[in-house]
Amino acid sequence: MMPAAQQPESGAGGIIKLAVLAVGGQGGGVLTGWIEALARANGYAAQATSVAGVAQRTGATVYYVEMAPAGERDPVFSLMPAAGDVDIMITAEMMEAGRAIMRGFVTPDRTVLITSTHRALAVSEKMVPGDGIASSEEVLAAAEIAARRLICADFDAMAVQKGSVISATLFGALGGSGALPFPREAFEDAIRAGGKGVEPSLRAFAAGFEAAQSGAATGAAAQTPDAAPAPAADATVRGPDRLLRDWQALVARLDTLPDSARDMARRGLEKTVDFQDLAYGAEYLDRLDSLRDRDPGDGSLLVEAAKYVANAMSYDDIIRVADAKTRTGRSSRIEAEMGVRQGQVMQVTEFLHPRAEEVVSMFPARMGARWMDNPRRMRWVERLAGGGRRIRSDGMIGFGVLYLLAGAKGWRRRTLRHAQEQAHLDAWLTRVRAAPCPAVAIELLRNQRLIKGYSDTHARGQSKFDRVMQGAALVETREDGADWIRRLREAALLDEKGEALDGALQTVRSFA
Amino acid sequence: MAERSFKAEVQHLRRGQGEVFTGEGILAITKALLESGVGYVGGYQGAPISHLMDVLADAEDLLSELGVRFEANANEAAAAAMLAASVHYPIRGAVTFKGPVGVNVASDALANLSSSGVTGGALIIVGEDYGEGSSIMQERTHAFAMKSQFWLMDPRPNLPSIVKAVSDSFDLSEASNTPVMMMVRIRACHVTGSFACRDNRPPAFSVKDAVANPRSDFARVVLPPMSYQHEQDKVKNRWPAAEAFIRERGLNEVFGPDRAPVGIVLQGGMYNGVIRALQHLGLADIHGNSQVPLYVLNVTWPLVADEFHDFCKGKDSILVVEEGQPEFIENQLGSFLYRAGASLRLHGKDVFPMAGEYTGTVMRDGIGAFLKEAAPDMLADALRAPNAPAPAIPDLSKTVPIRPPGFCTGCPERPIFAAMKLVEQELGKHQIAADIGCHLFAALPPFEIGGATMGYGLGPAANGAFDGGGEKRPVAIIGDGGFWHNGLSSSFGNMAFNKSDGVAIVVDNYYSAATGGQDVMSSRAQNSSKATNNPISKALAGIGIKWVRQIDRTYDVGRMRDTIREALTTTDTGPKVIVASSECMLNRQRREKPLRAQAIRDGRRVDIPRFGVDAEVCTGDHACMRLSGCPSLSLKVLDDPLRDDPVASIDQSCVGCGNCGEVADAAILCPSFYRADVVHNPGRFESRIAAMRARLRGWLTRRREARRLSFGVAP
Repeated sequence: MMPAAQQPESGAGGIIKLAVLAVGGQGGGVLTGWIEALARANGYAAQATSVAGVAQRTGATVYYVEMAPAGERDPVFSLMPAAGDVDIMITAEMMEAGRAIMRGFVTPDRTVLITSTHRALAVSEKMVPGDGIASSEEVLAAAEIAARRLICADFDAMAVQKGSVISATLFGALGGSGALPFPREAFEDAIRAGGKGVEPSLRAFAAGFEAAQSGAATGAAAQTPDAAPAPAADATVRGPDRLLRDWQALVARLDTLPDSARDMARRGLEKTVDFQDLAYGAEYLDRLDSLRDRDPGDGSLLVEAAKYVANAMSYDDIIRVADAKTRTGRSSRIEAEMGVRQGQVMQVTEFLHPRAEEVVSMFPARMGARWMDNPRRMRWVERLAGGGRRIRSDGMIGFGVLYLLAGAKGWRRRTLRHAQEQAHLDAWLTRVRAAPCPAVAIELLRNQRLIKGYSDTHARGQSKFDRVMQGAALVETREDGADWIRRLREAALLDEKGEALDGALQTVRSFA
Repeated sequence: MAERSFKAEVQHLRRGQGEVFTGEGILAITKALLESGVGYVGGYQGAPISHLMDVLADAEDLLSELGVRFEANANEAAAAAMLAASVHYPIRGAVTFKGPVGVNVASDALANLSSSGVTGGALIIVGEDYGEGSSIMQERTHAFAMKSQFWLMDPRPNLPSIVKAVSDSFDLSEASNTPVMMMVRIRACHVTGSFACRDNRPPAFSVKDAVANPRSDFARVVLPPMSYQHEQDKVKNRWPAAEAFIRERGLNEVFGPDRAPVGIVLQGGMYNGVIRALQHLGLADIHGNSQVPLYVLNVTWPLVADEFHDFCKGKDSILVVEEGQPEFIENQLGSFLYRAGASLRLHGKDVFPMAGEYTGTVMRDGIGAFLKEAAPDMLADALRAPNAPAPAIPDLSKTVPIRPPGFCTGCPERPIFAAMKLVEQELGKHQIAADIGCHLFAALPPFEIGGATMGYGLGPAANGAFDGGGEKRPVAIIGDGGFWHNGLSSSFGNMAFNKSDGVAIVVDNYYSAATGGQDVMSSRAQNSSKATNNPISKALAGIGIKWVRQIDRTYDVGRMRDTIREALTTTDTGPKVIVASSECMLNRQRREKPLRAQAIRDGRRVDIPRFGVDAEVCTGDHACMRLSGCPSLSLKVLDDPLRDDPVASIDQSCVGCGNCGEVADAAILCPSFYRADVVHNPGRFESRIAAMRARLRGWLTRRREARRLSFGVAP
């Protein structure tokens, strides 16, 4: 971190220094152009610079503007911002605010920081098999300290809502911040003078302006980016009366669980019943019951069990996928997402690629197992039923096929896949029950998180799970065993191939 | 079609005496060329002077009105070679490219040009790509000026100074019969400002006049013994003539008080940064009135010894502000001082870092350190011993992820590298040489394909040592820009001639895309002044390469993968070349979006595809991210306590290129991707069918819902 030097009254007084840090393609150039035009139109001398080049291709880009009241002689402006010497810093993304702070462009003695809180995730964040998203909270906390004044809001969502782009809302926030000595009309004139997309830009400008003025856009208003809206707390259950009665009986069994685990178990119960049927939900609760005596009493183990047993029981087979793609509300949800309007037609194409393994796993368990061991038959199945499929799920044939597959729930319990998943569940929960202490049992439960994805990804997840469970066996009797299992799991989530896990396992073997 | 159009701005280039021009540095340079009576211009694009080429291309009408020839040269060497027109003829010519890589390519021509010497003013405008935002190795163009003996201008980075430097350069070139290079740094190219215009001037002697009246003089040819005479001429005549001209015309500037114990010698390009540092130190005002004398080198080569000695008179210490390494200027000035037996102290790279950009902070610290040692009395007490502690700001270096440039949304190169990664999973890692261009982003995560790059057009040549083959074939990647720049002869000629067993993939996106979407030979656009639509595969056939596979839709990941696999495993001998063609999405969107919007307004049927992810089907393993890196394919945190990991999500910036669906299919990832085609202005029949389908689907789903429990908010 660049230490921010204390600024003495300098000869550069009277110059307003403004920097914009944007991600390529966010319209940082347009914003800079407006600011420059605004300054010139209001009796200021102004100079703007930028570094274009490959930074335009989704990289981080800096734009820089200096201005001072125009006189007979031109001021000498700098071509780049200096640490500790930026009056207004505008960042068009949360991590770019972090970058600006890191580079010393935001200092408590002078900088007004205007930032959008939304995230444009970097590739490094997206690649992690687990959760690699950087912490916006940490950046916000730093911003509160580093900035003289902080104005932050999701200016991107605000712009999209007004049918414009983020440069307009940020320009609005700059106007609303009062950090520049120009009235609101002057800002709006600059947009009009630009001449492109004037109306939507003015709407977005107004939204940004008001957000900055109302103070709504301060640190407290920032929220976790990209969080999907929460479902209504009193989620409803609908269905035929007979099923609802049986459902109530299952729900009643939840009451015997510790308070802390009840909510999670209810969600787990919904998930398993939704996956198969009420009997399956009852099996879920039986499995929870079988772990009850392993709970230390505060429900801490049962919460984890409620979560991971439900996930393990709701494995991703062809039936589940087909069901998800033919549920009520799916097409209206997609239509809303795509912004389909009256009079337009939407077609939906699914990209499916079942392999012979997935097809055969739907066979009766014993027969499926035999076929799996027969490469010739597997090749035959692959030719006949495998391969990439583009299915028009809005068309009758495509929808019909998916609908029929989704209706095969009655068949599911007989399939090879179900047998495999049951075997996995049994082996896993046996290990959990045999754990020397609740802390270890909890970590063993959480390892289920490693199993996800389809085809090869699923196989890789399964292998990571097996390796972590083997590693766990080496350390589970140690005092810090639980902590080591957690570390193994987290290592397994760091990269695709499991290189970090290999390293962690080597460490474990060195002392175990 | 270039990424940015300057058609509107080009009108400002017509302004004349008495008018004021306000705009970007690049445009100011173009205007200055026209005011200087230039006879021909050319160059090769590349940051930061891509826009200069785009401006020239957009100004072709104006140029031809004035009788100025514009050539979009095939590469920098061709551009520099074009300056040969100024050797025998009194025509002013200017070319532009980036430095130092463009200068590397052009150095053969530049060396010959410098040896021959010029009659008409020859100007090379170099966009010095150094420091933050640079896309190339960090070196200095300065060395080329020294070794070939041409002169190097480095004007102060404001529009009036840059404009003046252009006309000074021509004058200096003619006065000393030597080509002149003018260096403009990244930010100076894009800096905005104003200057007073002069009238545009048609060339007194045009290129057409020259070809009508050809001249030659064997004394100008670089052949012995004339080449020995050229060297003597450079040192005995041209160099002193240049020094005299620089002194007489006052090309270098001195600011500040006449008498002071210290002084600063600086490259012109450093001027604004130095003034800002002095402003901070309380030694300069807002208009640049400095209390420390400044000797501003608007010409950084040659250095004029007696002018420098005059500046040093009466001073105890001198600071040289010279960005980059090695410190050519400081060394030369040191040598001047030693030869003169001077006793004053010379500072430079002792207070400044040897490597890296002179940012605002570096400049403030460097000049501050110099003054603290050499003239502490000039500094305010607070600066000499700052006592206010810096506020503690949390360290975010572990939080904030790096954000290197990458492929744009919908880039047609992404599926090529996804396919390569899939082949790599099957056949193992291969030796890979990359080239220059957008495709080089594949070296970064998530693809991590490509080991080294040796320069533009040199990808396949960089695998030369492996041409003999072995257990696995080497793979080289090159773009269409690189192919036509230098690749056809240096890389593919080399492969064909040496019967290479290697594989080369030509990433053809119809443009020189990384430099801003300029047309190349194989561009599919119709260009009135350039020959386009020349297929790369025909050029390959022309040099005898037989195994060539043309793929016209790179988004077909399965086909891409199969073709790459075939190239790596076929028993055919000789070079294996895959030409993977799809239009740069940035350009395509710019071209198609307005047409599409118009079609929708006209009531015509338009199908707009976009991709989506079923959140409940996505398991959050992010395998798709590791084969994509598309900006529109991101993550979403679900508000479901049962789910630990964020799931894939596609935002509205998706252009529906199809890569994610194709990858999910080819790599057998997961069934969560779908494509939604929104049909604007559908036909009546189509609407009716769609409505019927919706009714049937609704009936079926309701039927099933009636027999099961449903959770969550009612739809």
